[in-house]
Amino acid sequence: MELQEQTTVQVDLLKSFEEKIGRDDAIEPKDKMPDAYRKHLIRQISQHAHSEVIGMQPEGNWITRAPSLRAKQILLAKIQDEGGHGLYLYSAAETLGISRTEMIEQLHSGKAKYSNIFNYPALNWADIGAIGWLVDGAAIVNQVSLQRTSYGPYSRAMVRICKEESFHQRQGYEIMAKMMAGTADQREMAQDAMNRWWWPALMMFGPHDSESPRSGDAFKWKIKRQSNDELRAKFIDKTVQQAEVIGLTIPDKDLKWNEARGHYDHGPIDWNEFYNVINGNGPCNKQRMDHHKRVHAEGAWVREAAEAYRAKKEKQLFQSKN
Amino acid sequence: MSADTQLEKWEVFIQSKPGANFVHAGCVHASDKKMALQNARDTYTRRGEGTSIWAVPCDAIVASNPDENDMFFDPANDKTYRMPTFYVMPEGAKAI
Amino acid sequence: MNQQEVMFKYCLRLGDNALIRSYRLSEWCSNAPILEEDLALTNFALDMIGRAQALLGYAGQIEGKGRTDDDLAYRRGERSFYNVLLTELPNQDFAYTMARELYMSAFEYFYYSGLVASKDATLAAIAAKTLKEIKYHLSHATDWVLRLGDGTAESHAKMQAAVDDLWPYASELFESDTTDAAMISAISAPDPAALKDSWVKHVSAILKEATLDVPTTMYTHTGGRNGIHSENLGHILAEMQFLPHAYPDAKW
Repeated sequence: MELQEQTTVQVDLLKSFEEKIGRDDAIEPKDKMPDAYRKHLIRQISQHAHSEVIGMQPEGNWITRAPSLRAKQILLAKIQDEGGHGLYLYSAAETLGISRTEMIEQLHSGKAKYSNIFNYPALNWADIGAIGWLVDGAAIVNQVSLQRTSYGPYSRAMVRICKEESFHQRQGYEIMAKMMAGTADQREMAQDAMNRWWWPALMMFGPHDSESPRSGDAFKWKIKRQSNDELRAKFIDKTVQQAEVIGLTIPDKDLKWNEARGHYDHGPIDWNEFYNVINGNGPCNKQRMDHHKRVHAEGAWVREAAEAYRAKKEKQLFQSKN
Repeated sequence: MSADTQLEKWEVFIQSKPGANFVHAGCVHASDKKMALQNARDTYTRRGEGTSIWAVPCDAIVASNPDENDMFFDPANDKTYRMPTFYVMPEGAKAI
Repeated sequence: MNQQEVMFKYCLRLGDNALIRSYRLSEWCSNAPILEEDLALTNFALDMIGRAQALLGYAGQIEGKGRTDDDLAYRRGERSFYNVLLTELPNQDFAYTMARELYMSAFEYFYYSGLVASKDATLAAIAAKTLKEIKYHLSHATDWVLRLGDGTAESHAKMQAAVDDLWPYASELFESDTTDAAMISAISAPDPAALKDSWVKHVSAILKEATLDVPTTMYTHTGGRNGIHSENLGHILAEMQFLPHAYPDAKW
């Protein structure tokens, strides 16, 4: 094909793709899509999948120490959900032409990221409450918005995930409420967890809109439907009241209701810390990656055995037929 | 020795109750049929969503090409005589 | 021991097997060879916790001192735990865990099939629910023993080592003592000793199909069912019971 012709075809393709987006039609795996759209989705969905999987670790740190059978059951079911959600998201990303093996390689090489929040340690039992209430709470605000994302498989995964995660935030809040109604030690642990998780939770929404403008491709192609600051405000507005009900103090002296905006104003977020953790210097970056790499390496012989067994059985079946 | 993989991909379909359609739920990885079913069970029916599961190797699925949608699907659009509403029934006729 | 105390100990034995095995299974969470298997092992851990709740809850009722399932799980000393040693051994690797799951599930399949017919209505009901779970556990463990035994040379060696190392711990499952005798006569509980031949036959067939050698060791490790444990249980309890011990007045 002549270069001229090729360019015309690409322009037509982009036009019909953008018309589809304009009509709010979902984009499906076999639809033609601009390379940049595909790349953006692979990056975002695989990062989302890795976050679910790496997110199993901080909570996993408390499974064997959960203080009651009920607490242990809930925690296990929640972490299991996260593994399942990682699976749904890996599947969604796979429809774009990348394999799970490649995604794991990218995670291990550092090319693919996961949510910064999981580079913080879970230090006391109230951290399990704070992770469910604040971290899942923040994630849910984002994920509810993503249910309307333009890529069909991603959107469907988000719908399923949102439905299942509705208990995650509630169980976290229940832990916090119980501890705030408990002994002085328990209240201290709860407030301590609140102090450590509040700001990282706000950072989960990403940089301010002034740094990350709404006009990018992610908005144009309706991958993202609401801005970082809009989503962050939504989270703060609903969480402040919940904290008040159980007597927790939000560690932000500048936090106050802004009648004119209809939202809370909050104090400055420490973006230095945010970028520092992104760049690998958070308290647990190395630990989380080492854990994932170790488990992956330790599991190789099992996966190889499963494949070898299948191959043997197929060969036997073939021979018995011939 | 075989190379390490994440095993084969299977598409999973779940029947929510006896008699219902099997609906596509998503994908799992597994090395054999039995593992595919077990993994589908643990991944997609953790909340009692299903009474029956189909797992199909991904490469056994053939999908229509969206570029051919015009020739593939549009010809059915004007065949409205396949719809019951196409027909004019005499007034007063019952149970038809 | 009077009848009530015997029955209490009997329920603890069954409940502790589930509780301690749930602990080991839950350690696999975020550590399994593939994500799908992570979900599977977590499900088994959840099945075991559910079973422990039912059995320890019932033990508490029988004892009649107002102790709950949590009291019995979190505020009981090592010498009063009656799980078999097999449940408390470290997971080691995936082959060990699957060998343990095969041995335990095969035993429980026969045992709970008998317990369903117990004259004790509560235990019979728990057994009926549990038996469904056990059938699935047994099927899952069997599949993996076959895959690993008849997979690669490496997996075969690991599976054989696991099967051999855990074999001496299996015999404890079939011990029949005065507690068992009392329960056999009082509530028609199954006699563990009578299940050994079926178990050996069933497990040996699976091992052979998996191209593994059936162990011939006669030596047996024992003690757990009477509260004499391996060094592992102390560590499990220290970790599991940490919060209730550190904050005795707190509710969680």
